Amino acid sequence: MSDIKFDPEHPSGTLDHREDHAPGDEPLEDSGYWVYNANLGLGFSIVLTAAAFFLAGSHIIYGPSIPVALIVLAIAQMGVHLVFFLHITTGPDNTNNVLALAFGVLVVFLIGAGSIWIMDHLNQNMMPMEQMMQMQR
Amino acid sequence: MSDMGLPASVEAIRRVREDPHRLGYRAHGAGEDVEGTGHGTSGPATKRIIVGYGFWIFLLSDIVMFSCFFAAFAVQRGATAGGPSIAQIVDVRRVAFETAALLLSSYTCMLSFAATNKRNLLWTQIFLFVTGLLGLIFVLLELQEFIELAGKGITPQRSGMLTSFFGLVGLHGLHVTLGGVWLATMMAQIQIKGFRREIVHRLICFNLFWHALDIVWIGIFTIVYLMGSGA
Repeated sequence: MSDIKFDPEHPSGTLDHREDHAPGDEPLEDSGYWVYNANLGLGFSIVLTAAAFFLAGSHIIYGPSIPVALIVLAIAQMGVHLVFFLHITTGPDNTNNVLALAFGVLVVFLIGAGSIWIMDHLNQNMMPMEQMMQMQR
Repeated sequence: MSDMGLPASVEAIRRVREDPHRLGYRAHGAGEDVEGTGHGTSGPATKRIIVGYGFWIFLLSDIVMFSCFFAAFAVQRGATAGGPSIAQIVDVRRVAFETAALLLSSYTCMLSFAATNKRNLLWTQIFLFVTGLLGLIFVLLELQEFIELAGKGITPQRSGMLTSFFGLVGLHGLHVTLGGVWLATMMAQIQIKGFRREIVHRLICFNLFWHALDIVWIGIFTIVYLMGSGA
């Protein structure tokens, strides 16, 4: 494992640029690129977060639609984080990262939507509490 | 690691420069693929890739675990057992401060990685320190919230809703706390060992971890706090 010890052939000042991308990583770039990226990400995030907090406490849009708007804003902001902070892109050198993410999202969706769906059904099929109390008497 | 250059990846870098976020200034997918990348023809991936990818898989599994806690909260949301409802325990002002602290810490974390890529020890340390400080503010605010609630007799054993609430928010707080410990360890490692390869790999992983925590927090402040405050 020549990677473990310090390798004078690969001074740590140079990044390896002959490779696929790891998430959160990009090939050799100057720090201006990173700062630019971080600024963009922060800018988008601030706008989306401020919008979410503003909408939650206001009556500017139709009340029942507020939760939907909040969820849309949250998903948008997660996308911003993935692209600008985690550097998940759709490029050919990022295929593995995107596929793993897609599988993760699928599992998260199944767990979330599945639990809500099943538990809601169980709840509806359950005997109302007063009747249950009466039967126990 | 052989020193054979792969000109194909130079092409990949050119494409990244032209369109860093693949937002479509050029039609990717059009034209031939970059040879060697993502097609298994460039030989075994470097350790940097493998470490980053493995940690990405771990983070996704961590997010799946969080999704179980989210599902539990969604299901138990109305199960207050005559106790306080979620709308009564939410303090949106504090959550706004927590969100700001965590978002800014994500930003400074990325700036520290920019400094790492420049191999600038001082700025890496400064930005990591600020990141840790903001993380600490976040954890303290959350602790203050929990103590305040506990003072009013609102504890996890009060109702199903509160169990899932403290479980979900507490799990995230625990992640941030452990991330802070990791951050302090990394600061010591860079200081003593310098920017060695494996240290930089660990910094990549730490960055991923910290940003993933922010993504989970987006879900928490939206689903638990903001949607809870209106309910």
